[in-house]
This record gives sequence, structure tokens and C-alpha cells, in this order.
Amino acid sequence: MESLDTDWDGVRLHVVTGKGGTGKTTVAAALALALASGGRKVLLVEVEGRQGIAQIFDLPPLPYEERRIAVAPDGGDVYALSVDPEEAMLEYMEMFYGMRRAGRALTKMGIVDFATTVAPGFRDVLVTGKTTEAVRRRDKRGKRVYDAVVLDAPPTGRIARFLNVTQEVAGLAKVGPIKNHSELVNGVVKSPETAVHFVTVLEEMPVQETLDGIAELAEAGLPAGGIFINMVRESQLPRSVLDLAVKGRFDPAELALGLKTAGLADGSDASAMAEALAEEIAEHARRAELEDSERESLAEAPLPRYELPLLADGVDLAGLYELAETIRTQGAA
Amino acid sequence: MKKPPVLDIDAILDDKGTRIIVCCGAGGVGKTTTAAALGLRAAERGRCAVVLTVDPARRLAQSMGLSELDNTPRLISSPEGGGQLFAMMLDMKRTFDEIIEAHADPVRARQILSNPFYQSLSSSFSGTQEYMAMEKLGQLRRSDEWDLIIVDTPPSRSALDFLDAPERLGRFLDGRFIRLLTAPAKAGGRSAFRLLNAGFGLVAGAMTKLLGAQVLKDLQTFVSALDAVFGGFRQRAEMTYKLLQAPGTAFLVVAAPERDAMREASYFVERLAEERMPLAGLVVNRVHESPVTKLSAARSAAAAEELESRGEHELTAAVLRLHAGRMQLAAREHREQEHFVTAHPTVPVAQVRAMSEDVHDLAGLREIGELLASA
Repeated sequence: MESLDTDWDGVRLHVVTGKGGTGKTTVAAALALALASGGRKVLLVEVEGRQGIAQIFDLPPLPYEERRIAVAPDGGDVYALSVDPEEAMLEYMEMFYGMRRAGRALTKMGIVDFATTVAPGFRDVLVTGKTTEAVRRRDKRGKRVYDAVVLDAPPTGRIARFLNVTQEVAGLAKVGPIKNHSELVNGVVKSPETAVHFVTVLEEMPVQETLDGIAELAEAGLPAGGIFINMVRESQLPRSVLDLAVKGRFDPAELALGLKTAGLADGSDASAMAEALAEEIAEHARRAELEDSERESLAEAPLPRYELPLLADGVDLAGLYELAETIRTQGAA
Repeated sequence: MKKPPVLDIDAILDDKGTRIIVCCGAGGVGKTTTAAALGLRAAERGRCAVVLTVDPARRLAQSMGLSELDNTPRLISSPEGGGQLFAMMLDMKRTFDEIIEAHADPVRARQILSNPFYQSLSSSFSGTQEYMAMEKLGQLRRSDEWDLIIVDTPPSRSALDFLDAPERLGRFLDGRFIRLLTAPAKAGGRSAFRLLNAGFGLVAGAMTKLLGAQVLKDLQTFVSALDAVFGGFRQRAEMTYKLLQAPGTAFLVVAAPERDAMREASYFVERLAEERMPLAGLVVNRVHESPVTKLSAARSAAAAEELESRGEHELTAAVLRLHAGRMQLAAREHREQEHFVTAHPTVPVAQVRAMSEDVHDLAGLREIGELLASA
């Protein structure tokens, strides 16, 4: 494949994690679009059964089946798959053992329910197994079927456990097929073909969780990717104005003059409006100050950082393409 | 937007009949902070309250003046007026271990506690946490040491897990599969079980192939030990259900004014109604508003453009752009809430505006409590 000169050339499995509410699924979807652009084929996988991908792309619920859901800029296809652990288990049994009937019996007796609900190690190895299978899959000519796979993974607090399947399963199955299977998964997940990206917003808790997650990942020997700072509010207000506003010394007089010039208000109305706007600026400045210090905290992690803007109209399909473009221009895909 | 009824937080907190408040909703909407703020407000209004959180974030503990929360309620504050605030963080493994220890003889307990399946089950995040949160809630309620228990629900993959998981875990541990696994030991070769065991043979064969013989053996040991100890998991789950349906319980659905969170809130409201769980109302956190509402996004943006094209008043133009963005955001948040209100016009709503800073101490929690009550 030609070199695209991005930060993640050679990575085939992009795992996207983040604290709840940070827009993990949105970033995963935008990243898939960005990776697919220019005629490539990308699979976007979700594993938590929330149908988040379907909602974002405004589609009916996805079945347990890879299907094309979007066309990327300059050609290229995004496929999506919603992995259901039960289905993955049945498929796995059929594929490796030809045990379709036994699989059905297991489901009926609630054993699949057990394996997928009560012993999370099993569930995780099944869904990561399905994902890594898609990463490794080759067509008849030996070419990889997907150029990249993007996994909308569980939240930051659970990501190391989720990916560290061998560890999780080791306690349960010391030998046997599940164990072998988990080692296969492990081979992909811990290789340089994988990168685990973190999605965060510039707030204290998500940033702290991101840093904790990065440390946990390193400890588990899993390959960290980049940090996607999501929902960044941009402003053209110069630093000096923000500094004054934080200290409560912003002078609304000039603003009042500007409002008059713009024909928005007159006389005392203009002054009143300017003062109210000054209050808004002060709040914005406080927020910006806090965000800067969170940015600095994130800079302590030795990972590339990307910033994605807050979409004023919310995330719709057009917004998704806009984010994909931002991801591309920053070299993340 | 048709105005929804106002959620009167103080009326709920002051009602001595309110014994349990459950905060539920999607992840990342501020459930835990809401729970803590409600606890503090309740204590300051004379209640003896305990906040049971499942959020391992240390920040919450710190905001309450503790370095860490653990599985035992700790006193946080005893404000004037006789109220008290306690807080604890659910340690699901510890809670599970305690149930085993309380119900099994020491030999059996050891057998269970050291079984790899038990260890996986008790330290996993799926199902067990929800189950143990409910178990703990039941314990706190039975102890009667607190007259108000405020609980936030686990950050599940979906909010509904919180209602489903205990039942599912109970169903599993009480289910046919368990009986099958324990059947060979219990029923020997009794003819009535022959058919059952033939089916089991097929299953056992498949499981051995899939998991290896040792796993199956571990599983069988675990299940018979657990079954012998208490069984009746489903009964316990049902008891918890009844407790939640009882009149002293108030559910608060917590959301942020974003599409996913509001959608999740809608599901939750519908689901609670289905299960006949008493819903008190919806709390919408992090609502953005502007002190200059009469200047619309469109006018503001147009004026900014005008100034920019004339190359005048750069600062004013930047401020107007900022304001336009803010109004646009507020309008979007308004729309997201409107969907909810249209679908559920009778659900009382309280809004809490977005704070420019994070909560660091009791004063911060108090402020949130005030915002909740003045909505």
C-alpha cells in the first residue's frame, strides 16, 4: 500500500476508548471515514450493543453482519458491524468446530448467556476475537480485506482489562481452545498493527481518566495511540482580552461602541448589553483557563494530540464528515 | 417548548417518607455529582443521609474531604440542624465475599472464594456490580441507620442494564443450566433425569471442547458450592425489585442536554413506567445559557460579519461570534430537551446550568444542590 504519511501508517486496528459523554462513538465514526478516504476499505465495529453507529449515521439498527454504511470523501467505503457476543460465540463454535447444533443447545440452556454475561473474560475474548479476525482476514489473492478496522471500544475505565484478554481468561481457562483463541487475539492487540486512541474533553475528570488509562495501558504492554481532544470550543478572542476578563478587569466601553457601530443597540442599551456580554466573556475566559490547564496535563503524556471542534448544531452526517476532514488535516489518518 | 412541571427537589428531600433516591441515566452526565449534592442538601435540611456511589473516581471522595471512599459508610459532615451526611463506595467483590461468608460454613466459603469462576464473577464489571449495588442498597435499608439512602447507578453500557442485570444474574444462578450442572451430583442416575442428562452430555461435550475439561470441572464445583450455600438468587433479586417499587423510593433520571443522553433518559422513563417504578423527575445537568438572551445567534453572527467586512471593532466582532456560538449551543440544547418534554409532558424537570469550574469541595456540592432546588 502507498505511504500516506500519517501518524499511524501501518496501524490496522484502531481502538477508540474514552469516558462516557466524551463522544467516543462519534470520534470512532469520524476516524473510520477519515481512514477510508481516498479509496480504502474500513470496518467500524461496535461491541456494546448500543447501536451507537446506527444512530450516528442515521440508519436502522445494525445486524450482526458487515455492511456498507457510508462512502468516504474521494471514494472509499466504511463498513459497519455490531458485534453481539452471543452471535459471536455461535459463529466461533461453528467456524472452528462445526458445532452448530451444540451451539443452539448451549444458547437454549443459558450457557451462552452465562459465558457472555457472567464471565466477562469470555465475552471480551469473543468480541475482540471477532474484531481481530476482521483485521487478519485476507481475500483469495492473499490481500487483506480491510485496510483498517476501527473499534468503538468500552470506556477508558475498562479498556486495559478488555484488551488484555489473555490475562482475563488465564484464570478461567489454563488450556484449551479458548485459551488458544485468546492468544491469537493477544498477538494482534499487542502488535504494532494496533493503536489505542483516547477520546477526552477538556474537563478535569475525563482528562484524569485518560491519563490513568494511558498508564494502565503501558503497564499491560498495550500500544497507545493518540489523544483526541473532542468538543473544543474555539474563540477568536485574543489572549490579552481573556486575561483581563479572568481578572474581572475587562472594560466594556469599547464593546459598547462596537455594538453601536454594528447597529445592535444604542446609548444606555448598548452599555447594558456590553456589560452582560462582558459577563459572558468572563465565564468563557474562566473556562478557557481551566481548559488550558487540562491541555497542559494532557501534554504530559507522550502521545500525539488532535483537537476536534464542538459542532454547534450537534453531530449529524455533515458534522461527521467535517470531523473526518479535521482528523485528516491533523495527520491522524 | 411546552413548559414541563417543575421538579421540586426540596419537597422530595423534606418528605420523611422518602427513604431511597435512585439516580440513574447514561454515563458521563454527572449522576454521581448529583447524588452527592442531593445527599449534602438533605443532610443540611436535617436528614440523616447516606450516599452510595459506584463511581471509583477519587475526585468525589476528595470533594467530600476524604482521600478515598470504601465499602463502609463514612461520616462526611454533620451540619447544624441535626442532619448527617455519610458516603460510601461500593466494593462489589467485598460485598459479594461478605454474602458468601455470611451464608456458608468456613470450609465451603473458602472453596467458593478460591474458585476461579467465583473470582471472575465477583470482580467483573458486568451484571455483578448492578447486583451488588442492589444488595448493598437492601442492606443499608434493612439496617435502618439512615433515614435517606441516595444511590447512583453503575456506568453500564446501557442505562437499562441496571434494571436488567440483577434479574439476569439471578435467573442465571437459579436457572436450568445451573440445575443441569449440579444434576449429575444430586440426582445420580434417576430415570426422570435421564433425558435431561442426555442433553447435558451433548452440552458438556461441547463445553469441554470449547473450554477444556478443567474449566468445566471448576464451573461445576463452583456452581454446586454456590447452589448449596444459598440458591434463591432470583428471590433476592425479586426482593430488591419490590423495594424499588415501594412508595418510599424516588427515581431521578439524570441527563445532559445532548441527544444521546436525552434519548437514554427517554428510554429510562418509559422503562421505569413499565416496571412500575416511582419516577420523581428528570434532572438536566450542564445546561448552557447566556446572560444576553435577547441578542439571537443569527443577529449576533450577522453583526459580527458586518464588522469584520468593514474591518472595524475586531474585539466586538470576536465577542459577537462567541455569543452567537453560545446561543446556537443553547438553542440546540433546548431542542434536545424539547423532544423529551413532548414525549413525556408530565415528567417534572429540574435544570442545572453548566458551571465554569469543576466541583472540588462541599461548597461546590452545596452550590449544585442550590441550583437543583431552585430550578
